[in-house]
Amino acid sequence: MTTKLFTEVDAKAAQQLLESPTPPLLIDVREQNEWDAGYLHGATHAPKGMISFTIPNIAPEKSAPILLYCAGGVRSAAAAETLAGLGYTNLTSMAGGINGWSAAGLPVVETTTLTPEQKSRYSRHLLLPGVGADGQTKLLNSRVLMVGAGGLGAPAALYLAAAGVGKLRIIDFDSVEASNLQRQVIHTTDRVGMLKVESAAVQIRALNPDVEVEPINDMLTTENVASLLNGVDLVIDGTDTFEARYALNDAAVKLGIPVVHAGVFRFEGQLTVLAPGRGPCYRCLHPTPPPAEMAPSCGVAGVLGVLPGVIGVLQATEALKMLLRIGEPLIGRLLLWDALEGTFTELTVKRDPHCVACGDGTAKGGAA
Amino acid sequence: MSISVRIPPVLRTQTGGAKLVSVDGASLSAVLTALTAAHPDLREQIFEADGTLRRWVNVYVDGADVRHLAGLETPTQDGIEVVILPAMAGGALGSAR
Repeated sequence: MTTKLFTEVDAKAAQQLLESPTPPLLIDVREQNEWDAGYLHGATHAPKGMISFTIPNIAPEKSAPILLYCAGGVRSAAAAETLAGLGYTNLTSMAGGINGWSAAGLPVVETTTLTPEQKSRYSRHLLLPGVGADGQTKLLNSRVLMVGAGGLGAPAALYLAAAGVGKLRIIDFDSVEASNLQRQVIHTTDRVGMLKVESAAVQIRALNPDVEVEPINDMLTTENVASLLNGVDLVIDGTDTFEARYALNDAAVKLGIPVVHAGVFRFEGQLTVLAPGRGPCYRCLHPTPPPAEMAPSCGVAGVLGVLPGVIGVLQATEALKMLLRIGEPLIGRLLLWDALEGTFTELTVKRDPHCVACGDGTAKGGAA
Repeated sequence: MSISVRIPPVLRTQTGGAKLVSVDGASLSAVLTALTAAHPDLREQIFEADGTLRRWVNVYVDGADVRHLAGLETPTQDGIEVVILPAMAGGALGSAR
């Protein structure tokens, strides 16, 4: 008795699979030059010759449904046999390949808009399921507002720039000081005295010329926050006063813009994603700031330099997840990290129906 | 009924530096009363004069905000963790800048 190792379907049936509620993982097994000329929407590129090496990253689950295609259907059938030999059990090859797909008059064979330099720079992203050329293009077309170019903003900005987030608007009103350099890795010794936003812009441009930096040497206030948020997809909150944080929260809630919030203190840090309409806002977490005389004074508390590094990079991670719409963002969850213990603690944060910013009685209420 | 209470870094001056404090109590009210009896300086950080929780101090029992549970009457089972989390700003991020 012979067991069939994979199924073959024509272009129309393949399209139905892709439009089903549980679409298969779509893999293009052709060579780079063929892929560059155009590919199917949502496909991951994994040339046939290398597929046994690349597949564990693309499809860790061997029972996951996979739909393979090439130009005419021969190579995808061979690739399906290879995968079956590796233990993959739910394989389909598209007979007729992308040529048959086009001939059947089926929609959108996309051509990537990435330049050859970008394909090289972002090649590790292009290999990732959930990112790929579509995701990278999304990142290049995104704008993130970074409030603060300090402990949290420095590492977050570097990684967002490296990832190819196309527009970084950075607001800060400080200048670089020697005491910043223990943790604010976007600044350098020879730029002490320079405005932080200018220093950050220099480093970002050197790292990735794809990124357009919008440096704003100012303080975030209730007066300018709306214009700062104009055209922004997401905010990295590195504010250092309650006034700025509440002003940012209230404006972001009104405009429906998610904020990745974080804080660090000595050896501990915390972060959460505040996504209007999907979870709580900062006022749901803390309805009111403490009065000044009760606010813990931490000017002399100190912080382990790597602490804002880790938390800032976690902020960048959450930002990329939100922009790419992948994974489970930290919405409604507050993550605490204790560096000395080496432990993470997760707390649940709920939207408050009585919240003055996003509660049921407000214009933005009732959505979450 | 041993409950461990996690003290936030900003309030450790009031506990002599202790990060985890073990106390007994079958409800959050009993736990926090025992905690502030052992560390009296914490009292005014956590409680209003009328004995309610300060509005900017969040308390979590087993990972959930007690404002969404039974507040100070939330039962505390043996072995669970209570987390105290005040709003931090100038502090948290002031030191980060």
